[in-house]
Amino acid sequence: MLQSFKMAIKSIMGNKMRSFLTMLGIIIGVASVIILVSIVNGYMSSVVDSFASMGVNQISVNVVNLPSRSLDVDDTYAFFEEHRELYERMTPVVNVTAVVKEGNDSLDATNVGGYSEDYLGIKDYELEAGRNLQYSDILSRQKVCVAGYYVANELFGGPEKALDQTVKISGNAYKIVGVVERQSEDELKEGGTDDFLWIPYSTAVKMTRNGAIGNYIFTSRSVEETEACKRELESFLNEIYQNDDLYHVNANSELLDTLNEQIAMMSGMLGGIAGISLLVAGVGVMNIMLVSVTERTREIGIRKALGAKRGAIMQQFVIEAAVTSSIGGIIGILLGSGATVMIGNAMGIDTPPTFGAILISFSVSVGIGLIFGYMPASRAAGLNPIDALRSE
Amino acid sequence: MGEPLIELKDIYKIYQMGDEEVRANDGITLSISKGEFVAIVGKSGSGKSTLMNIIGALDVPTDGSYYLGGEDVSDMSDDQLAAIRNRMIGFIFQQYNLLPKLNLLENVELPLLYAGVGHEERRERAMKSLERVGLKEKWRNMPNQLSGGQQQRVSIARALAGDPSLILADEPTGALDSRTSREVLDFLKQLNREGNTIVMITHDNSIAVEAKRVVRIHDGKINFDGDVEDYAAII
Repeated sequence: MLQSFKMAIKSIMGNKMRSFLTMLGIIIGVASVIILVSIVNGYMSSVVDSFASMGVNQISVNVVNLPSRSLDVDDTYAFFEEHRELYERMTPVVNVTAVVKEGNDSLDATNVGGYSEDYLGIKDYELEAGRNLQYSDILSRQKVCVAGYYVANELFGGPEKALDQTVKISGNAYKIVGVVERQSEDELKEGGTDDFLWIPYSTAVKMTRNGAIGNYIFTSRSVEETEACKRELESFLNEIYQNDDLYHVNANSELLDTLNEQIAMMSGMLGGIAGISLLVAGVGVMNIMLVSVTERTREIGIRKALGAKRGAIMQQFVIEAAVTSSIGGIIGILLGSGATVMIGNAMGIDTPPTFGAILISFSVSVGIGLIFGYMPASRAAGLNPIDALRSE
Repeated sequence: MGEPLIELKDIYKIYQMGDEEVRANDGITLSISKGEFVAIVGKSGSGKSTLMNIIGALDVPTDGSYYLGGEDVSDMSDDQLAAIRNRMIGFIFQQYNLLPKLNLLENVELPLLYAGVGHEERRERAMKSLERVGLKEKWRNMPNQLSGGQQQRVSIARALAGDPSLILADEPTGALDSRTSREVLDFLKQLNREGNTIVMITHDNSIAVEAKRVVRIHDGKINFDGDVEDYAAII
């Protein structure tokens, strides 16, 4: 066995050009499988990441509150506390339509909303200065707010300067207790991501004079559980409303699921195309091995005359084919991995060559050697020593 | 004479060439004992090569029986024949038939490799064999770095390596000039004196007379079988 490996390597080295050309098909096939699968996977995870930052684990709840049937904030909190194993954060959402004023400056497009202290975490933002909204603010309906970077910058000339200043929201003075980090990488725009004010939802409810809250945002502890979270909420709301026209539960992850499906399909399709090139490479290996058997008929005759059995000749040629294609496979893996990292860098996404793709393409290339080497090897093993010795 | 090593009885080898039947061996009965040096002579097409293939266990007869060292070879499978060749027969070919990509040592090792001899012992025995033909120092060389005579000596070393019961030489001097032919023949004679059984196939009477016994094949039949002196008298 060991001897067969030595012989195989010797034979491969003895005919470098031809061995390389044989391997070339395998190299290209393996490299393209790795590149395609890894790039698609890398792209997919970067898309998933960017979706996650957009809140794939968010579930938004929309209810219509009737005088007879309504969703109470305290009940919602009770539900939330009861299912902490599913939900990570929760906030009521109270949209306020208001003009924001500071002295003579006014902002009309600013997003003003009432939220709980969880909202910062839900948005996955960080504070630039000051503090977040607190439970005590909500409890005592404090007139405090957390400002977006744009607001702080526009009205006060910077986050630090904005702290402890007051702005007027629909005529009421609110103290700025915190400023959120700049989110937009582009120019700051009116009405953009950074143009907002968050106030305690309790304060907002009072201000809008609208007793019941119609919107909530929940987050699930993991993206995988979002579906279960959604179902739990639906059954909770159904109990209250008895009518699914009166509430609407929407999970952002549904979009992601569709996307994942499409990407998996694309990945499979590209992998399949690359797989075909591996198959073609296998035919190439078979071709060259057949030529090699014909060229070495005399060698086979000598070996048989000296006592080599069918199995020994068979083994020699199968191992030679397998070694050729596995060397090709290893070169292909190295090239493919290198190219994957380079392409990933160029595309600006993280594309680690997937272990699965490497494993599969390596075993496929060894398998190709074994399968496509078998036919030429059995032809070699079946040669009649007399005829083989007579050939030139 | 020692005990019989080769016993051929009514050997027929019949080929079908289209509608025609070719009897390459047409009823050959021959017995060769241990320690003999036999030359099988015949013109091209006489059937001597067919006979050599059968004696060398490279082929099986269409009909008849062949015992080699007491074993019935005439009915063996390919793999059994390979094992017999490996164990019993050392081949010396006209074209040396060395493997060009292996060095001398590796070439001589081949029969031992297929006999399943372990690495250390294989190397040792192959070296000893190379030493017998005076090429021990060149063991690293490749066959194409040697002269024809040296290559034939390597092939003799390979034939001896497995310590076979029979050395079968097929036109061993056919590709050599007269001086190196002489050397090879002297070497074969020496091997015979040391007790090896040698069967040599040739078309050349001047080579055949170097043996001790001559068997002449004509049209697939033996038409002379006797001592070399008697043979020399009739040619």
